[in-house]
Amino acid sequence: MEEAYNKIASSAQFNELVRKRNRFAFTLSAIVLIVYYVFVLFAATQGDGFATPVADGSKVVIGLLIGWGIQIFSFLMTGVYVNRANGEFDAMTKAAVREAGL
Amino acid sequence: MIVGTKLLAAAAALAALTLTSAAQAAGAIGGDVTKQPVNMMAILMFLVFVAGTLGITYWAAKRTKSRQDFYAAGGGITGFQNGLAIAGDYMSAAAFLGLSGMVFAKGVDGVFYTVGWTVGWPLILFLIAERLRNLGRYTFADVASYRLQQKPIRSLAATGALSVVIFYLIAQMVGAGKLIQILFGLDYMYAVILVGVLMMLYVTFGGMIATTWVQIIKACLLLSGATVLVILSLAYFDFDFGRLMSEAVANSKAGVAILQPSSSIADPLAAISLSLALMCGPAGLPHILMRFFTVPDAQAARKSVFYATGFIGYFFILSVTMGFAAITIVGTNPQFLDSAGKLLGGGNMAAIHLSKAVGGDIFLGFISAVAFATILAVVSGLALAGASAVSHDLYANVFKKGKTNEREEILVSRIATLSLGVIAILLGIVFENQNIAFMVVLAFGLAASVNFPVLLLSIFWSKLTTRGAFIGGFLGLIAAIAFVVLGPTVWVQVLGFATPIFPYEHYALFSMAIAFGSIWFFSITDRSARAEIDRANYRHQFIRSETGLGAEGAAAH
Repeated sequence: MEEAYNKIASSAQFNELVRKRNRFAFTLSAIVLIVYYVFVLFAATQGDGFATPVADGSKVVIGLLIGWGIQIFSFLMTGVYVNRANGEFDAMTKAAVREAGL
Repeated sequence: MIVGTKLLAAAAALAALTLTSAAQAAGAIGGDVTKQPVNMMAILMFLVFVAGTLGITYWAAKRTKSRQDFYAAGGGITGFQNGLAIAGDYMSAAAFLGLSGMVFAKGVDGVFYTVGWTVGWPLILFLIAERLRNLGRYTFADVASYRLQQKPIRSLAATGALSVVIFYLIAQMVGAGKLIQILFGLDYMYAVILVGVLMMLYVTFGGMIATTWVQIIKACLLLSGATVLVILSLAYFDFDFGRLMSEAVANSKAGVAILQPSSSIADPLAAISLSLALMCGPAGLPHILMRFFTVPDAQAARKSVFYATGFIGYFFILSVTMGFAAITIVGTNPQFLDSAGKLLGGGNMAAIHLSKAVGGDIFLGFISAVAFATILAVVSGLALAGASAVSHDLYANVFKKGKTNEREEILVSRIATLSLGVIAILLGIVFENQNIAFMVVLAFGLAASVNFPVLLLSIFWSKLTTRGAFIGGFLGLIAAIAFVVLGPTVWVQVLGFATPIFPYEHYALFSMAIAFGSIWFFSITDRSARAEIDRANYRHQFIRSETGLGAEGAAAH
C-alpha cells in the first residue's frame, strides 16, 4: 500500500486534482463566510437598517428576507460544489488512481 | 377525565415554572378540561409511531450482525436517505419548538439563529464531509487520531463526545418529560422513563440501522407536519405574508421591536461569538458526524449534505413563519393564554398551540405525536454516538489497544447504551425543576471548542502533534465549562449571583480562541519523537483524505 501512496503523491494528475479542488472549496468557503459575516455585522450594528421595510407601510423587513436569502444561497452553494465534485473531481480522482496503476 | 386532571396539574406546574403564580395559572386553565379527547388522538398517533418504529427495530436487529452494521448501518445508506437523517438529527425539538417560541417572543432574533445554523452546512461540505468519510470508520475520533497517538487523542475525543452527548441528552430528557406531561397528560417521571426505555430498545437491538430509519421517518413526519401547519397558518391571513407580518407587529407585546435584532445580538463581539457557536457547533456534534460513516463513499457523503442543507433551510424558514403567525393566531386567543397573558405551558408551546388553532384537535394530536417522535429520534442518535465513543474509542482502542473482536465491541456498545439510558433517565428526573437551558448552550459550545478544533486541525494542519491536540483540546473543554459556569447563564441565572464573573453569555469566540491557540502553541513547540511521527504521517493521511484510497467500504480497492 505504501508504494501506491508514493506513486499517487508524485502523480501530476493527483496534484492537479488537489490544487483545483482545494482552490474551489476554499473559494466557496470564503464566499459563504464573507456573506455570513456581512450579515452578522449588519444585524449587530444596523438594527434600523435590518428593520427597513421592503415597501412603504409594509412590515416585511429586509433583514428577514436577507436571512432567508442566505439560507437558500447556502443550499445552492452546496449544489454547486456537489455538482462539480461528483462530476469533474471524481473523474480526476479515478484517473489519478488509475494512472498510479492501482 | 383522569388524563384531563393530570394535564391540568402538569400545565399548572409548568405555568408556575414560568414565574406566574400557580394559583393564578390554575384559575386560568380552569375551562380547559375539554382537551381530553385531544390527548387520546395524540396518544393514538404516538402509539402508531412507536409500533412502527419497534417493527423497524425488529427488522434492523436481524440485519445487525457486524460492528459495521451496528455503528454505521453497514455503510449502506444512500445520500438522499442520509440527508434526511442528518436533517432529522438537526431538527430537534429544541429547534422546532424553541425556535418558533423564540420568534413568537423576540421576532427576528430567531432568523439570526437559523442563518448561523444553516450556514455551517456548506462549510462542512466544502471542508470536512468527504475527508471525514475517507479517513474514518465509525467515530470522528477515528479521524482525529488517524496519524496521532491513539490513546491520548481517543481519550480526548471520547471525553468531548461524551460531554456533548450527556449535556444534550439531559436537556432533551427534561424537555421530553415536560412536553409529554402537557401533551399526553402523563406523569413527568413516567414520560422520562418511557423515552429512555424506547431509546434503549431502538439502539441496543437495532443499532445504527434502526436509529437511521427512525430518524428518517421522523424527518418526513416533521417536514410534512410543519408544511401543513404553515399552509394552514398562511390561509388564516389569506396567503398574504405581508398581512401576516403587519398583524404580528400589531399584536405582539414587543411591537415593532420584533423586526429588529434584540440587545443580545446588537453588540458586534457578542454577535460574532454567538455566530461561531451556531456555525461551528454542528461540525462538532458527534451524533451528526457519525452519520457520514453510514454512506458507501465520499460521493454519497457530499450528496447527503446537499439534501440535508435543503431540508434544514426549508424547515427553519417554516419554523420562523410559524412563530410570526402564532403571534396573531395564538397570542390573541385567550384559550391559549394564562391570566398574565403568557402562553399556557411556557414559551416553547407556540407551535403546538398554533396547530390546535389552525387544524383542530386531530392536527394537534398529529403535531404532538411528531414532537414526541422528534425527541425520541434525537435521543437515540445521541445515545448511539455516546455508546460508540465508549465502546469503539475508550474500550476497543484505549483500554484494549485495538486487540478486541467485533462481538465483544458490540456487546460493550450495547451495555454502554443501556448505561447511558439509565443515566439519562436518572439525570432527567434529578433535573426536572432545574433551569437547564445552559445545558444546550454548553453542548454546542463544547462541540465548537473541543471536537471541532481537533477535528479540523487534524485534517488540515500537517504540523499538528499529539501533544498539541491533547493539551489544546482539554483547555478548550475547561474553558467552555468555566465560561458557562462563571458567565450569565449559570452564575447569575442558576446560582443567583448579581453579576457574572465572565461577562459574555455567548462565549464560543473565547473558548475557541483558547483551543485553537493552545493547539497551535503546544504543537509548534513540540520537539518529542512522537511529534516527528505525527508530522511525517500527514502525507499518508492527506492522500487518503483526498482520494479515498484505502477508505473503509470503498468499492474498487
